[in-house]
Amino acid sequence: MVTVFGISLPALMGQLLIGLINGSFYAMLSLGLAVIFGMLRVINFAHGAQYMLGAFFAWFLLRYAGIGFWPALVLAPLGVALVGVVIEKVLLSRIYNLDHLYGLLLTFGLALVIEGLFRHWYGTSGQPYSIPSTFQGAFNLGFMILPKYRAFVIVASVIVCLTTWLLIEKTKFGAYLRAATENPTLVQAFGVNVPRLLTLTYAIGAGLAGLAGVLAAPVYQVSPLMGQNIVIIVFAVVVIGGMGSIMGAVVTGYVLGLVEGLTKVFYPEASSTVIFVIMVLVLLVRPAGLFGKE
Amino acid sequence: MATKAASPNVANVTAGHRTSSRTIALMIIGLALILVAPFLIYPVFVMKVLCFALFAAAFNLLLGYVGLLSFGHAAFFGGAAYITAHAIKQWGYPPELAILLGTGFAAVMGVVFGYVAIKRQGIYFAMITMALAQMFYFFCLQAPFTGGEDGIQGVPRGKLFGFIDLSNSLNMYYFVAAVFIIGFLFIWRVVHSPFGSILKAIRENEQRAVSLGYRVNRYKLGAFVISAALAGLAGSVKAIVFQLASLTDVGFQMSGEVVLMTLLGGIGTLMGPVVGAVLVVSLENYLATSSLPVPVVIGSIFVICVLLFRRGIVGEFNAWMDRKRG
Repeated sequence: MVTVFGISLPALMGQLLIGLINGSFYAMLSLGLAVIFGMLRVINFAHGAQYMLGAFFAWFLLRYAGIGFWPALVLAPLGVALVGVVIEKVLLSRIYNLDHLYGLLLTFGLALVIEGLFRHWYGTSGQPYSIPSTFQGAFNLGFMILPKYRAFVIVASVIVCLTTWLLIEKTKFGAYLRAATENPTLVQAFGVNVPRLLTLTYAIGAGLAGLAGVLAAPVYQVSPLMGQNIVIIVFAVVVIGGMGSIMGAVVTGYVLGLVEGLTKVFYPEASSTVIFVIMVLVLLVRPAGLFGKE
Repeated sequence: MATKAASPNVANVTAGHRTSSRTIALMIIGLALILVAPFLIYPVFVMKVLCFALFAAAFNLLLGYVGLLSFGHAAFFGGAAYITAHAIKQWGYPPELAILLGTGFAAVMGVVFGYVAIKRQGIYFAMITMALAQMFYFFCLQAPFTGGEDGIQGVPRGKLFGFIDLSNSLNMYYFVAAVFIIGFLFIWRVVHSPFGSILKAIRENEQRAVSLGYRVNRYKLGAFVISAALAGLAGSVKAIVFQLASLTDVGFQMSGEVVLMTLLGGIGTLMGPVVGAVLVVSLENYLATSSLPVPVVIGSIFVICVLLFRRGIVGEFNAWMDRKRG
């Protein structure tokens, strides 16, 4: 059997794959956080809760309406985006003129409410969500077994991240968005409806989290606590990458997922803390983050 | 919190100087309440309130007077609780030494966390402290001496200074009360010292404080370490009162809870965190026997406070007193 540093190749590749899967979710979630923060200057603590909502909406659709994975991949994120519209209109829009810390406190409270309700209704044990039939089975690549669904998750997350990046960097809507980030008053004066732009941005960010949740449902279980654990890791990812750049957030997400996977192979005790340790090191060397401009 | 949020508090602080007789009267009433409380209310409950009140007051020193929102204060509270519990149970330390050790540990952690976190400001500061605390949480989850999910249970209360038996609940109570009063007066002293004035200057306008020649980061770090040490003191005492140190004490919900106590009571007011602690602990006690899910209620209060009630109870009370005076 082929070994690398005394670890068998399939085992190494297996952990790297898990790392890449986790990285895909980190990338999608930190992307959403960065999009929301860039425009609204709000750190969306409810991002984890919205990720969890995406997974639960997919599960609801399957369980109560018999609607399968593919339609759910569109419907559930739309549902979460709609929740996002309500949150932005009813709550967030009232605190834009306050210190940004209040945004964090408000969304923290919101996350407690949403996750608390689902925990109250569904307990802490997860609900299984089966892999769509198209992606049952696995590819045998010779040096490793690659389950089809996991390959799909990686490809899908790359597509999602690229699309979002193109939307913001290359379209007219994205240009409005970037302009409004720089100077909302001026953009408003040009006749762009900035409040609606803010609502839309929050909805997109929440929808991205929901989409990640649907993709995650077959990989992990659908559990009320699934977002709680990931959101703080994503915060660390965002601090490491620096929130200035969308691409930075995405790349950092993937890389840190891989690093976490590698740590699981070579020093498993540190696998849950390695991202935080990297955050400390980055802060000591480059406080603005790897891709941050300050 | 930074300028916009904190400006009403400045009025409070100056008003506090003007009406120091009111403050002293309130303090005497508070002291009397603390002394008679164990005869009126279940002492363990009051001890819990006092521990959390000290914890929240320590946290408020940072948020209310320097404008730094730490979302990881549970690490100091829970970390000190673990150290104290371990020192008593495994090493047979007397309580006073174990508390000192726990508090010292929290202070050292405060130096490390603070040094890293003050490299960024505002929201980043909050996220960094949260991530650091989460790192410590995972460390506690895996470290052998913390007892994993079980925590360290059945910590003997022992004899304070070798002769005061803390297993007697009144002895324990008056010890906790003494720790709280000393901690509270210490914070009061810090806030009203020249050091405290510089902290407030940093909160109001950091650039100006820098241009006046203050090494802002040293003051921030100093405040962070004091705050961490006092949070640790509260955690150490809590570990002895409940004879327990567990993962709950280091989790991010605990960090959130202390934020809520301060927000609800009044950020940047001395009494605010105490009032907030009384309310939140009472509420949790009440909810424990009801079927309402605790996080939902806590989260709703968070949202309501941020939207409608940012000055908190004591902040609103002070504003009302000032308005009445004209």
